[in-house]
Amino acid sequence: MFLVPDPVVRFFHRMASPPHFYVFTERLMPWLVIIFLLLTSAGLYGGLYLAPPDYQQGDSYRIIYIHVPSAWMSLFIYVVMAIAGAIGLIWRIKLAEIVAISSAPIGASFTFIALFTGSLWGKPMWGTWWVWDARLTSELILLFLYLGVIGLYGAIDDKRVASKAVAILALVGVVNIPIIHYSVEWWNTLHQGPTVTKMDKPSIHVSMLIPLLLMALSFNVYYLIALILRVRVELLQRERNSQWVKNKVSENKQ
Amino acid sequence: MSVQAFFAMGGYAFYVWTSFGLTLCVLLANIIIPVIQRKQFFINALKKKR
Repeated sequence: MFLVPDPVVRFFHRMASPPHFYVFTERLMPWLVIIFLLLTSAGLYGGLYLAPPDYQQGDSYRIIYIHVPSAWMSLFIYVVMAIAGAIGLIWRIKLAEIVAISSAPIGASFTFIALFTGSLWGKPMWGTWWVWDARLTSELILLFLYLGVIGLYGAIDDKRVASKAVAILALVGVVNIPIIHYSVEWWNTLHQGPTVTKMDKPSIHVSMLIPLLLMALSFNVYYLIALILRVRVELLQRERNSQWVKNKVSENKQ
Repeated sequence: MSVQAFFAMGGYAFYVWTSFGLTLCVLLANIIIPVIQRKQFFINALKKKR
């Protein structure tokens, strides 16, 4: 631990304590909402209004501004969920367990958005709502993994046991993440290859790239907001018999 | 660019606006659900106290 500066270690120790997390995130929330609104309005303005239509796809390509960031989030949140689950499993940190399970519905939502907007983009461009292409199929499996995590957690009454089971399921499912990412390279199918995350220069014009990155940032901040809201509820429910929650209730401070 | 041309999206209005509308609904739901759950938690906890 000597590699990490002391204040950072102290910050994480304090954040792992439920009452401290509850109060800290309450103060953080307005700032996150402001940053989210700024990023989203700039991203949408740039993407829907300033960026020119695509020379092949016309205006239909504008779905990219939600489709691609959602797909990135669906993978990123899964990795966060698996890592948080592993931390909970190894060090028995309650907050890590809660972060893992609270990420699942948000990740499932982004996976659903990626699939649904992809379908709405595929219809005019490919002429079909759905194909059993490697990228689409592996992303659909990701949705089932998320739903499996949510279902498994709900099926076990003891939430500490449920968290362990969920963490193991999430960790096993991590193999799907590189499969999704490389699917467009390993199998040459209908879904186009990456245009942004290439080793050389991205093959997307800067007037289209900037709004895309703004939307990706905005979705990251959104994830943080939605995650905090869910973690706070889960904390209250799990710690309902502890003194700090009883104090909150008697103050009626939500 | 006129307002009409903006909303027409070069003939792809249905696909583009359905995508954005659905995304908005899903993202809003993920905010509203935990807010309602928190309110519900406090209502139930206060009831139990009495």
